[in-house]
Amino acid sequence: MSFVEYGEYIQEGDIAIVFLGRESMFPVKAQHGTQTQTKYGVIRHSSDLIGKRFGSKVNCSKGGWVYVLHPTPELWTQNLPHRTQILYSTDISMITMMLELKPGSVVCESGTGSGSLSHAIIRTIAPTGHLYTVEFHEQRAEKAAEEFLEHKVAHLATVKNQDVCKEGFGVVGVADAVFLDIPSPWEAIGHAKAALKEEGGRMCSFSPCIEQVQRTCLAMDELGFKEISTLEVLLRVYDVRSVSLQLPDFGMETQVEGDPKETCTGQQATAICKSGVTPKDMAGHTGYLTFATKSLL
Amino acid sequence: MEKISVDHRTIKEGDYVVLKRENVFKAVQVQIKRKVIFEKQWLHLDSVIGQLYGTSFEVAAGGTLQAPKPNPEKNPKETKEAGMDNRNIVDDGRSQKLTRDDIETLKEQGLKGQEIVQQLIENSSTFRDKTEFAQEKYIKKKKKKYDNTITVLKPSTRILALMYHGREPGKICHLRYDTLAQMLTLGNVHAGSKIIVFDTCAGLVLGAVMERMGGYGSVIQMYPGGEPVRAATDNFGFPEHFYKTLHEFPLCKVNLLLDGTLSLDKDQKETVSAVDESNGAMSKAPQDSVQKMGEEVEGEKDSAQASPEVDTMEVTSELPEDKEKEERAARRENKALEKKVKQEEKRKKHMEAAALLQGRNADGLVIAGRFHPTPLVLSLLKFVAPSRPFVIYCQHKEPLIECHTKLRERGGVIGLQLSETWLRHYQVLPNRTHPMLLMSGGGGYILSGITVAMDTATSSGPQKTEEPAPKRQKLQDTES
Repeated sequence: MSFVEYGEYIQEGDIAIVFLGRESMFPVKAQHGTQTQTKYGVIRHSSDLIGKRFGSKVNCSKGGWVYVLHPTPELWTQNLPHRTQILYSTDISMITMMLELKPGSVVCESGTGSGSLSHAIIRTIAPTGHLYTVEFHEQRAEKAAEEFLEHKVAHLATVKNQDVCKEGFGVVGVADAVFLDIPSPWEAIGHAKAALKEEGGRMCSFSPCIEQVQRTCLAMDELGFKEISTLEVLLRVYDVRSVSLQLPDFGMETQVEGDPKETCTGQQATAICKSGVTPKDMAGHTGYLTFATKSLL
Repeated sequence: MEKISVDHRTIKEGDYVVLKRENVFKAVQVQIKRKVIFEKQWLHLDSVIGQLYGTSFEVAAGGTLQAPKPNPEKNPKETKEAGMDNRNIVDDGRSQKLTRDDIETLKEQGLKGQEIVQQLIENSSTFRDKTEFAQEKYIKKKKKKYDNTITVLKPSTRILALMYHGREPGKICHLRYDTLAQMLTLGNVHAGSKIIVFDTCAGLVLGAVMERMGGYGSVIQMYPGGEPVRAATDNFGFPEHFYKTLHEFPLCKVNLLLDGTLSLDKDQKETVSAVDESNGAMSKAPQDSVQKMGEEVEGEKDSAQASPEVDTMEVTSELPEDKEKEERAARRENKALEKKVKQEEKRKKHMEAAALLQGRNADGLVIAGRFHPTPLVLSLLKFVAPSRPFVIYCQHKEPLIECHTKLRERGGVIGLQLSETWLRHYQVLPNRTHPMLLMSGGGGYILSGITVAMDTATSSGPQKTEEPAPKRQKLQDTES
């Protein structure tokens, strides 16, 4: 298995996602002789993980059970160790489609951050594309390279530890798409343009603040980018539940002799219906996505 | 290597392209000496052949597309005369001195869009009183109307999804492009996997899936009725080898397949109709195709029946009416043969698809369309391996709520999520940045989840329902 290729059975060295519940999952590396603690008990890798089919139920020592799932970039995004604020699948989906990423695409990205988007890009451009990712923080750059190796996708990615605004992506004229998630993207537009293929390509800049967006759009326009478009996308989730609504008691239909108070039937009737209930809070803003096209004419 | 990439980026005859003018798109095929209509104009696309994708053309008289000048002039940013606000500008509809006829004359004289806009500015009595912002807005508006620039784009999911959503949303069940984007990612659609797709969105979703597969792996399209719909899929202009990974399988045979009783060797219904049509004209049927279909016995019968007729035809072939009869019989024979060949091809394709489905180890399921999702997903999930994602799109939320409930009852799924995306575009201009005035009201809903091994034991460990039990009502002394 790898992040770019499905496998059926868990093998030594594979990453698996241990699933206890929606809000409770974590990645684990299958290794003979190792044990993993969960609140339902211990998982012994040699007997409970290795050789099991992805998607199986695994019984833990205390009697509870968990599922072990095949890793995907989406599950990784939900469970990866944060070194920086990350991009979530909603924005990642939009970026992937609007940059027209597909197998064989060559992509330049900066900053690598915690590698959330990087994993998703690698999955989409495999097996023939390549990701050149630039991170100016030395430890984060190293960690990213380590993870790509561990996830068996290092052949699809090159990590560079430099400042994209000063030195660019390390390649020129090869990219189909460029992605920027840095504090001052307007300083890197020139390098983005150079990294893109001569005949054209797409680029995207992600910024939390509108002032950044304004400066970036100006720089894109000045450097001849076309189709400059800024948007934001938010995820609205519905919790499917049965809701119980009480039915009102309008009283008896015919007057009963005696105490008028007796008109209330005293029945407690309820109606049950299924509803998609909205949560109390939702993510209201992640960042603005600005897309543009480089073309010869 | 370079040559290949340049070739990839150059427009060739027969290519499927997308024409773009401002925010209007249209998918067409480039064919020489053929006119296409776009934005109320008839166009000849011959001159775009050999040009790079992404090139913009001016529409010249007669509908030919002219390659652009090497240096497109940008509007000189001189300090124009402008006003401070609009307190003195009266909108009486009389500020523009040029009449509609005048503008038509200018167009006929061959004036380019930019030049017409210039003329409109010079003939507007209120232009110089407008604020700078209002002037820019005015120019932008006129440019949009009179600029006759058409860009030729390479098709992609992004462009086709935008096009269909803007032009014919009904055909794609109002699937908005950001929703489609979510589906592709949630479904982990990538090269090398085996994905089952049910698409009644004109084949747009199928095309999007195929684009993300890049020709690697396989896609099995399940379809209702007689033929799969792939109008939008063609617009992607995929290379031949992509289609080798595309399979199809009819829904009406799913139960047989699940039951293990599907046999594609003797399909009596299909052969009977073929026999009926070809009755009397089967004398020259090639023995190989007949044998393949296992109709050996019937075929031979036909030839036996046919031969006496053929003999009589040969004898009287001199008369013109009989010659006509001969021709008609020959045509019928050809048609019947064609039909047989087609049916054989179809049968082969179904067999290939069945072989892929039989393992029940597909890597994903994508459903999008106007069919009720619940029965579809309950049936098709049986073909999907454990720990694989599935995504269901529906224009309406309620069917997906029901689907969610049924899936919970079925078990074998985790991470069920019912969601929609909210999309907003922005105008970003110095001192004029704000969200767009009009936004999409809705883009459909998605129910997604991950398969897991089905529960064989009824109770093993503590119950872990993801859905919290509904709160109990506070009852007021009813039990009396």
